[in-house]
Amino acid sequence: MIELLVINALVRAGVYSILAIGFSLVFSVARILNMAHTAFFMMAAFLLYFAISKLGIPFLLATFSIIILMGLFGLVVYRLLFDRVKAHQTATMMISFSLAILIQEVVKGIYSTQVHRIPPFISGFVQILNTRVSWQNVLVFCVSIGVIILIWILLKKTRWGNVIRAIADDIEIANLMGIDVGRMCSITVGISASLAAIAGILVGPLYMVEPNMWLSPFIIILAICVLGGMGSIKGAVIGSLILASVESVVIFLVPEGAYFKDGVALSVMIFMLLLRPEGIFGIVFEEERLL
Amino acid sequence: MTDLFYWISHWLREEILAIPGRVIALVFAIILFLVPHAIPNEYFISVLILATIYSIYAASWDLLSGYAGQVSFGHSAFFGIGCYSAALLNIHLSFLPLWITIPLGGISSVMGGLILSIPALRLKGMYFSLVSLAFPVILNNIVIGFPDITGGELGLFGIRGLSKSQEYNYYLVLIVALVSIFVLCKFTSMKTKSVRIAVLLSAIREDEISARASGINTPKYKILAFSMSAFFAGIAGGLYVHIIKIAGPSTLSIMFSFDVVLWSIFGGLTTIYGPVTGVFMLYPLTELIRIFPFGDEIRFILFSLILIFTLLFMPNGLTVWVRDQLEVDCPRCKNINIFLRKTCRICGADLHIPQ
Repeated sequence: MIELLVINALVRAGVYSILAIGFSLVFSVARILNMAHTAFFMMAAFLLYFAISKLGIPFLLATFSIIILMGLFGLVVYRLLFDRVKAHQTATMMISFSLAILIQEVVKGIYSTQVHRIPPFISGFVQILNTRVSWQNVLVFCVSIGVIILIWILLKKTRWGNVIRAIADDIEIANLMGIDVGRMCSITVGISASLAAIAGILVGPLYMVEPNMWLSPFIIILAICVLGGMGSIKGAVIGSLILASVESVVIFLVPEGAYFKDGVALSVMIFMLLLRPEGIFGIVFEEERLL
Repeated sequence: MTDLFYWISHWLREEILAIPGRVIALVFAIILFLVPHAIPNEYFISVLILATIYSIYAASWDLLSGYAGQVSFGHSAFFGIGCYSAALLNIHLSFLPLWITIPLGGISSVMGGLILSIPALRLKGMYFSLVSLAFPVILNNIVIGFPDITGGELGLFGIRGLSKSQEYNYYLVLIVALVSIFVLCKFTSMKTKSVRIAVLLSAIREDEISARASGINTPKYKILAFSMSAFFAGIAGGLYVHIIKIAGPSTLSIMFSFDVVLWSIFGGLTTIYGPVTGVFMLYPLTELIRIFPFGDEIRFILFSLILIFTLLFMPNGLTVWVRDQLEVDCPRCKNINIFLRKTCRICGADLHIPQ
């Protein structure tokens, strides 16, 4: 029981932290609250379903092409929609929300509201501490840790990472230093869309794929970003660990817990905010954003 | 008597007919009063009733999010509290008349707003918006968790209707909405000398630290904005529950919170009339499109496409764009003039001074 709970929490936390990192990356670099972030995640899961069940493309090829496709999709969306109204924060927010509804409705139109299943990448189980864990869970956990480390290396050790952090720190000074801010912002949105795609591909075989699956993780990643502080990788990881374990405890221990998981997770968030209003690793001042 | 007549005609000429935006509002209100006689279609009128109720809800959102700058993603919490308390009062204390229970629903919504303002006052900007999203979700779970009191997922039944017939319902709701919107407009008008609240709230919105440094008690005014906004949203909820006759958890859903944000931003923030326009354009559109073949499938696709294109070309919202086309502020006396005039109608100053 306890082992199952811990494994469930770790797997959830991995997926949530990938989503939350992508979301807060866009928020801190491009200053966009991208409400379509989890819609990208849902779209990637459906693309995977389409590629595997309908077209019969092998897993690895499908995965990589979907990640690249979603990255390009993010770039296009940024160039066509977000870039034009960036000065108006509320308008950008609502455009991204309408985009999320648009994606949801188009997917609903194609696949209707019924639930779809994707076969796991690796079938079978492995014995860890006298519990049977499916290889899929192990794979999701390992991949999410790998992705988090890769993103950390990208942001801290490479030239692009330096540029992205500079823009997050101060967009005007970065512009004065000769950084092409528009180009880097669109690249960041592309990276974030690819991250959402990775999360969607990981989640696809684990849970059910349906057009409404984006709303619940969206609320949770918002809570994670508030809890961990926007634009901090450490905060995102720890925030998602906290909220994912709360969710797992509620699902496993409370009868009909799946109904109440969002409410309990959000109550925990509000309670922690009353203790520390700036989030766990949050930044007290608006100007002082770090990645 | 002639004095009164002269005063009214003078007021109409100077304050209403000279300003294109107010002429449009007046014509629109008159049309709303005449519609049930012109188109006596039951479905159409029921859509109009709901649009009128949602216009109060959207206007109250604008007070909190547009004027006070606390962009709330969880406004359906207030609507839902008003809805459920009016329904519970009606079921358990059925001897109370509706004109007491609906305002009581609004007041309980204010209580909810005061509780919610405790975490809200500690947070700023985007963080507040993200946290406010949590409130309706938590309330929704509470409603589902205590089905004995709240009716659970099915909702509460056996609620009295607002009045005898649909037409009476429509006029009652319309009058309440017009009064609420008028109160909100006057309350947030920069030109009302006796109420400075609009100036204070916009100071808080633009720069809270400077506002506090200038001696404004910012928490007090934020709490005031919270309670006003919650009260009107609660009234809207109370009216809604007596029209629909079911108090269900759908009034606390996330999509319902985002609906009001979409309507208001489409209409234009910090105007009060903008969100109202947004509701009256978008809500009937999404409902009436059902009549057409395939309407049910494509209505949200159409809805989101319209929103995306409107916001791409008018990022400040529809009414703000239209207002900027039709009206010119006098640079000297700040009075509003129609765009056709060359000189101000009050002080005679040149309106189009070359920059």
